[in-house]
Amino acid sequence: MKKLAFHPDDSVRAFITTIPEVTYGDGPLSGVTVAVKDNISTKGIETTCASKILKGYIPPYDAHVVTLLRNSGAALVGKTNMDEFGMGTTTENSAFGPTLNPLDHERVPGGSSGGSAAAVAAGLVDCAIGSDTGGSIRCPAAFCGIVGLKPTYGRVSRYGLIAYANSLEQIGPMARDVTTLSKLYSVIAGHDPRDATSVDRPYSHIPSADIKGLKIGVPDEFFGEGVNPKVAGVVRKALEILESYGAQTVPCTIPSMKYALSAYYVTCTSEASSNLARFDGVRYGPAVETLKSWHDAYSDQRKAGFGKEVRRRIILGTFSLAAGYYGRYYQKAQTARQMVRDDLERIFRDVDVIAGPTMPDIAFRLGEKSDPLQMYLSDILTVPANLAGVPAISVPCGNVEHMPVGLQLIGRYFDDERIIDTAYAFEQGGA
Amino acid sequence: MEERETIIGLEIHCQLNTKSKMFCGCSTDFRDNEPNTHTCPVCLGLPGSMPMVNKRAIEYALKVAKALNCTIREESEFSRKNYFYPDLNKAYQITQYDKPLAECGKLLIDGDNGEKEVRITRIHLEEDPGRSVHMGTTDRGKYTLVDYNRAGIPLIEIVTEPDLRSPKEARKFLNKLRATLEYLDVFDSEKEGSLRVDANISLQGSERVEVKNISSYKGVEKALTFEVTRQRNLLRRGQTVARETRHFVEARGVTTSSRSKEEENDYRYFPEPDLLPLRVASWIDEITLPELPDARRERFITQYGISPEHAKTLTGGLKLAEFYENVATINPALAATWTADYLLGELNYRDFSIDAMPADLFRELLDLIAADSITDKSAVEILRLILDAVKDGKKPERPGEIVNRLGLAKTSGDQVTAMIQEVIAEQQAAVDDYYAGKMQALNFLVGQVMKKCRGRADPGHLNRLLKEILDKKV
Repeated sequence: MKKLAFHPDDSVRAFITTIPEVTYGDGPLSGVTVAVKDNISTKGIETTCASKILKGYIPPYDAHVVTLLRNSGAALVGKTNMDEFGMGTTTENSAFGPTLNPLDHERVPGGSSGGSAAAVAAGLVDCAIGSDTGGSIRCPAAFCGIVGLKPTYGRVSRYGLIAYANSLEQIGPMARDVTTLSKLYSVIAGHDPRDATSVDRPYSHIPSADIKGLKIGVPDEFFGEGVNPKVAGVVRKALEILESYGAQTVPCTIPSMKYALSAYYVTCTSEASSNLARFDGVRYGPAVETLKSWHDAYSDQRKAGFGKEVRRRIILGTFSLAAGYYGRYYQKAQTARQMVRDDLERIFRDVDVIAGPTMPDIAFRLGEKSDPLQMYLSDILTVPANLAGVPAISVPCGNVEHMPVGLQLIGRYFDDERIIDTAYAFEQGGA
Repeated sequence: MEERETIIGLEIHCQLNTKSKMFCGCSTDFRDNEPNTHTCPVCLGLPGSMPMVNKRAIEYALKVAKALNCTIREESEFSRKNYFYPDLNKAYQITQYDKPLAECGKLLIDGDNGEKEVRITRIHLEEDPGRSVHMGTTDRGKYTLVDYNRAGIPLIEIVTEPDLRSPKEARKFLNKLRATLEYLDVFDSEKEGSLRVDANISLQGSERVEVKNISSYKGVEKALTFEVTRQRNLLRRGQTVARETRHFVEARGVTTSSRSKEEENDYRYFPEPDLLPLRVASWIDEITLPELPDARRERFITQYGISPEHAKTLTGGLKLAEFYENVATINPALAATWTADYLLGELNYRDFSIDAMPADLFRELLDLIAADSITDKSAVEILRLILDAVKDGKKPERPGEIVNRLGLAKTSGDQVTAMIQEVIAEQQAAVDDYYAGKMQALNFLVGQVMKKCRGRADPGHLNRLLKEILDKKV
């Protein structure tokens, strides 16, 4: 085993935990420094999901991706900050305080994998692992000016990822360039029998910048109301550049987009209300002083341990699943989810890739979005890929007010290779 | 006044005897082990762990579904049942809700008024929660400990339609169900807590009461009998039966109202997102069933020529049926009588299962009876001595050894004849009375001979022999 000292100048507060003396072995990623989001279980290393309720929790096992990283020789240097349990778009909802955007310390890095994105963008690590439930890899990638991939659902094992919304989320790679991202992805993708939703589709692709003949669908909804016209302009320009490399753009529409956000929030909060119920103070987290009966003690514990946004989403999800409301909320959300899938499937009959902005705007100023509903609206362009389970990547494509803009490329089911190639073509300036 | 009809439906939770747990590889053989030693991230419900379906558990459940004549869903689904409880590590139980594995089955039982078909509503798979160990009583104990060894043990829940009409019928249903599960080799009834029953019971036209926490077969009849009486008394006094959940307190044999409003649960079921829908179409045909209790009963009647009653008794449990077949080799009728009428009684008296009786010793005993070497009385004595030794944890003596040690060998024909001659010579007065037509005299003479042989002769046989000899002398 080789050793590496890790003492980053973490002025952006990207890390919750750093490992000063890292050991690593041989393999395709030997010595490559990797930061891992703090909702991914690491044996012997505290894993908090940026929540007080998991303070002091040291998993006795490694997540599947962590095992794969270790086997590939990667140097796992630390655990990164995030919105508590992944619930947020800015990394401001962390019990450890916000992470700052390395490009402008007055701004957020995006979220929820904001720590991972900031660590990469600030050059503290070579690459990072994030998780994406409704845009949590792509949003911070866009805001920090790096590349981030949400793989096809099932291509990366979720075993060991502390669940927020199981049916939506995927672990994915983040890096400063497509080549590094692709290398990292080839290590973490593949079948894992411990995850029943895992599929046997390993990734061993070398990115190619040749996109001649590629058909790109451009949905009206991605450039409409709520999207900063300057951001839309930068992305349209990027699409023209892709056309100049031989791609062809085709206008299209995703009518179900108007239901997507509701479907997403009902689904993710429902699943979260169940996933997070186990944090009751019996097994994890600092005990709250209480002499009440267990029922009331649970309430005290959870009130003290969870942040405001987490509590809000647990209450929303509990409501959506309640007897008498299930049909009107959870079940209806599943119908809407199917409509999004159907829309994307229809569009993918004619095009290879769907493209648009990753985020409707550039990175917000810290504290700028205080209304939760306004915050939820900013996920509108990223949630369709999670609802449908298809792959999506964000690649930097220009600037607005000196802040980066992300070009989002959404692919067919299991066609992660194609969007990686498209991103690579853009990054490399064509073949 | 005509009595209102009793209406009972059962929900039976039964642990499947797979080697590993429902959703992980941990061993199910946790009894007699330290708490929390048969656990892993999955069955501890650690954050990030994910369930992995145990195919063997599904196979077992399919066997049960087939044996109970259910319609098996080609695609069933796991759901989460959400509720808070300290021994429920994930705060939800993975179970099946609106798409259970199997539905619409039936089981034939020997009902109160002859053979009866009890309809099975559904069979579904689920995981057992952990176990709370209260230090002291639930309300006064200082703390409660939790043992997760049991967490994740595969369970099937079998729900019946409200087709049972008496506590006794409910017990008979359970006995038949247990026998069926044993025959399928998917269940070990000997294991503590391997079968738990919730019962819904109402008197016709009145509210339904759910009785929870019945953890033994015997408890079911007791709890239901208590509940019938309680409900009848309420109605007799002009009161109404409240629709509620009651708890069976086994130690006192009573049910108590158990659920406060606060504990009323909305389980917020939704499909388990970490598991794919369960498609079993390709397996169903591969599932073969062994001989089940009804078929075995018919075979016993034809193969061994024993009575339908004996056949029914002897096929009521797998081990009992196997025991019988093991000892029925020489004289099936004698073996049936001695197993069903004598051995079972002695076992029940001692609260023993059939395992307590070493088959080879029983076979030896049957040989002695068949050879007319001992009397029935002696045979019972030997049986008791063997079982008492087992009870005391001693190695039982062989029947032959007992016969020799206690001198139980039946007095031979010549010896008996000689003794009769002696008695006739000694008791001239009684002999005269006999010839004078006093039949009581014969009984006296038989008693005298029995005294001489210390009871080691068959009284009926002795009676006949004595009469024969006396009558010849005339």
